[in-house]
Order: sequence, then C-alpha cells, then structure tokens
Amino acid sequence: MTCAIRAEELRKTFRVRETASGLGGTLRSLLRPRYREVHALAGVSFALEPGEMVGFIGPNGAGKSTTIKILSGILVPDGGTCTVGGLVPWERRVEHVARLGVVFGQRTQLWWDLPVTESFDLLADIYRLDRARAARRRQELVGRLDLGPLLDVPVRQLSLGQRMRCELAAALLHEPGLLFLDEPTIGLDAPAKLAIREFLRSLNREQGVTVILTTHDLDDVEALCRRLVVIHHGRLLFDGDLDGLRARVTSERRLTVDLDGDLDPARLPGVTVVAREGRRLVLAFDPATVSAPELIARLAALAPVRDLTVEAPPIEEIVAGFYRGLDP
Amino acid sequence: MIPRQPATIGRPELALFLARFRTLVQYRAAAAAGFVTQLFWGVIRLAILAAFIDGAPAASPMTPSAIIAYVWLSQACFAMLPWNLDPEILALVRSGNVAGELVRPLGLYRQWFCRCLAARTAPPLLRGIPLLAIAWTAGDLPLPAGVATAAAWLAALAGAALLCATFATLMNVCLLFTLSGDGINGLMAAVVTLGSGLILPLPFLPDGWQRVLEILPFRGMVDAPFRLYGGDLPLTALGSILAHQAAWILILGAAGWWLCRAAERRMTVQGG
Repeated sequence: MTCAIRAEELRKTFRVRETASGLGGTLRSLLRPRYREVHALAGVSFALEPGEMVGFIGPNGAGKSTTIKILSGILVPDGGTCTVGGLVPWERRVEHVARLGVVFGQRTQLWWDLPVTESFDLLADIYRLDRARAARRRQELVGRLDLGPLLDVPVRQLSLGQRMRCELAAALLHEPGLLFLDEPTIGLDAPAKLAIREFLRSLNREQGVTVILTTHDLDDVEALCRRLVVIHHGRLLFDGDLDGLRARVTSERRLTVDLDGDLDPARLPGVTVVAREGRRLVLAFDPATVSAPELIARLAALAPVRDLTVEAPPIEEIVAGFYRGLDP
Repeated sequence: MIPRQPATIGRPELALFLARFRTLVQYRAAAAAGFVTQLFWGVIRLAILAAFIDGAPAASPMTPSAIIAYVWLSQACFAMLPWNLDPEILALVRSGNVAGELVRPLGLYRQWFCRCLAARTAPPLLRGIPLLAIAWTAGDLPLPAGVATAAAWLAALAGAALLCATFATLMNVCLLFTLSGDGINGLMAAVVTLGSGLILPLPFLPDGWQRVLEILPFRGMVDAPFRLYGGDLPLTALGSILAHQAAWILILGAAGWWLCRAAERRMTVQGG
C-alpha cells in the first residue's frame, strides 16, 4: 500500500485566552475575555515517500505535535492542504485512521483497567480484523516486543517502558502502512529506548512501514532517521539529512586527546580548547584551516599522546546551535 | 493492512460496550455503597410519602401499592438515570486522551454511546437486582400483576435504558464545548431527578407542571415504566410510552451526533 504524504502550506492558529493575574484580573476577563493568537503552524510544506522514516525535531511548542495531529485527522488546519495516501485526513477521518497507527508518548490508547490481552482483542474488534490473521499478527508482535509476560497484566500496572511496548503493538495490530509516533521514547530508560529503536528500525526495513516520529531525544533521530525535519515557530526550517544540518551550523570537528605530559594549547594554531580534565584535552578545530592529520602530527611532536579520537560535535550541540542561529 | 470484515456490523460497538460493562461490574465497593444508599433513601422516601398521604388519603393521585412500586423501582434504577457525566469521558476530555479515541476507525459519538450505554446499565443491574430482591421479600414491593404487565414493564425499562444512554451521551458531548463538568453535573442532577419523577412521583406535581413533563423526555426514564409496573398506568399506555421514548431517542441522538461532529471539527487537543 502506498501512503505518500503531501502537505502544503499547513496553517493552524490557536486562540489562547489570557487572564490577568489576581482576582481583579479574573473578573475583568470574565466580562471581557482577551485572546491572544498563537500561530502553531505558519505554513509548513513537505512531502514523504512510502517507506521513509523521518524525524521531526524542534523545541517545545514548535508545532511538531500539531503537524502530527493534522496528519492523523484529529486537528483541522486553518489553511493549506494535505493528503495522506490520497485522502484528506480530517475529511475522511474514520477511513483514514483505519490504515494508520499512532502512538502518543504522553497518552495511552490502551484500556487502563483491562489486561493488555483484552485491549488487543478489543482493538481487533474495533478495526474489524479478520480473526485468524489478527491472531498471527499479534503473535508476531508479542514475540518481537517481548510482551508475553505482560499480556495478563492490567495496563495501569505496567511500567512506562512496558506500556510503551504494548502501545506500539496496539498501534500496529491492524498492519498499518503508516506509523506516527509522538515522542515515543519520552521518559524511558536506556535499555527500553534501545529496544524500541531496534524494533522501529526493523519495522521500517522489513515491512516498509512509513514512520514519522517527533522527539526531543536526538539519539532517536541519529539512530533511526536518514531524514530530519526541523520545525521552529511553526515553520519548517530544515529538511535533509543530519550531515546537511551539521554543515549548516558548523564544519567544526572535535579532537579528544589523552596526553602523557603537559601541553600548552596556545602552541597549536587554529584550535580552541573545549574542555580540559586532568590530562584529557578536548580541542575544536575547523578542517578547512587545519586538517586532522596535520593537527595530530603537530600534537604528537609537542607531547607524548596516549590515545585520541576525532569526531563531529554531538547532535545536541548542533541542534542547539541551529536554534540559536534562528532566534533573532 | 489486514482486510476489514464488512459483514460484522456492530462488532466494534458491541466490543466497546462489553469492555466497559465488564469493567464497571468489577467495581464491587461502589456497588455496595450505592446499594446501601439506595436502600436508605428508599425507606426515607416511603416514609415521607406515607406521611404526605396520611393527611388526606382520598386526595392521593396514586394508590399506596403503586407508590411503593414506584419508589422501590426508581431506587433500584437510580444509577440508570443520566444525572451525571461519565467520569472516564471527563478525564479523557480534560487530559486530551480523547485523541486516542479519535485515531480509531469509529465515530466518536458511537464510541461514547457504547460507553454511556454500559455506564447506564451495568451499575443499576449490579445494585438494582439485590435491592429489588430485598424489596420483594421484605419491603412490600408487589410483584407485577401478571405476565403481560411484567413484559410491558421490561419493554418500557429497555426503552428507558436506551433513552438514558442517549441523553447521557448528549451531556458528555457537551463536555467537548465546556471542558468542565461542574455546570452540566449541577444542572442535570436537578433537572433529571425532578423531571423523571425521582424526587416526587410526577402525579403528585401540579397539573401545569405535569402537562409540560408529559412532553419532556425525562418521564420516559422513571415515571412511565414504573407506573406501568404498579398498575397506575394501564397496559394500553405501553404503545404511547414506547413511542414517546423512541421519539426522544431519535431527537437527542441526532442532536448529540450533530454536536459531536461540530466539536470534532473545532477541537483542539492541547499539549504534548
């Protein structure tokens, strides 16, 4: 099934009621409410091909979740057009969501008081799935997400990591070709994050499921998405791969070196010290002015080197630098 | 995508209803508390009405046995009355988890109707059956006059359950506009308990009020089925009772469905 997504000039404005502080302010706004307009989306356009896995990042309030909600058919935009697999999501919502899996990291879609297995049965009924095929699919998901021991536990008693695995299975029972994940790893510990990433990667590779995920965890993006979309103040500011984003912000590289002696970094031209801990030195340099082999050769001539690594700055810093460059 | 089975009409709705029904039946403490409360208020209501009638027995619009039937049946079915919002729906709306319902391939109104139907049938069954058992054995509640009366009562009761669920769904849909349930709960608790005859059997109210209440939907929730049981209304009234209920189910259902659609179009799922 093809589930190409086309979004053009999506706009959404929320009216936020403003109340002045104190009792007087409350009374005044009771008589004459004042509203402020918040432009959650101010014209966002993008296109996705089937089988892509794209990460949406941006600061809080940037418009990521609004975009996902519009694509899911939950929100109606004020302007712009959007089709998902040929359908306008909010016009044919019921038909649209039948082929869509959605996981909201901060909300649950399972039945709080029912055991996991009953939630799955219920979903099979709601989606009117063929029973034999649904049972096979369920078996597969239970195996891959290791849900066996959780099936008889009421949802309210699951840990967050366990619940998130169950949410993923619930969103995929009906074999959707398209999966939206709104902050799927929020609040999870490292092993749980890794398990979910591994699962998503294989889902995308082996079954060709198109995945859009929003996240603040840039490791998610680095581990999963070849393509990255940055949204800020309701606008799409970057659409490309991580290397492209890096190039936009900085060409800087980092050299971390463990020394066996003392070194005065001032004797290395074109280099700034990022950190110094004991005999470990983190240096930043621009490969355009000084190449890595050149720098290493000079360094080795000045002091005995025990170990060294060269790497790009961490993605958090790149993105933080990118956001900084955007705000006037 | 797994091919969907179009032949099984009502499968999602039935599953949702049963899931909620099963959950509600688990709440034993609430059922026990409701049972005791309903029993207590039943005794009080009967005592008040008895004192009321003793002053001028000839002026009473209902026979004592019809009053006893009316009071005990309405106590047993108290939880069926749509006088409050579904706390789960309230939580869904306030937390934004309603987004989870919107990504399911089923209209929101249908999903909520199934919830409301479960909420208006499971608790009264759980509390009402033991209460009726006690009222039958120890509380002078007469059995229905015959099989025909019992059948008519059950038919009107089923209509009442559907009417209550439709009304409750409409109330819960209003929540999508108000976001807070305090106003709806406060208003409806007064209107529904009075209009349905739960506070005072409707025949005791002034004639002018009765003419209005004859038309309003609330009569079909308590008053009509239970007067049928006690013989205060003749069996021939069943047709008009069912027609009155059906008309209001259609009107309230259409209103709820339309409001729900309007709300879905302007809904803002905030945060996160």
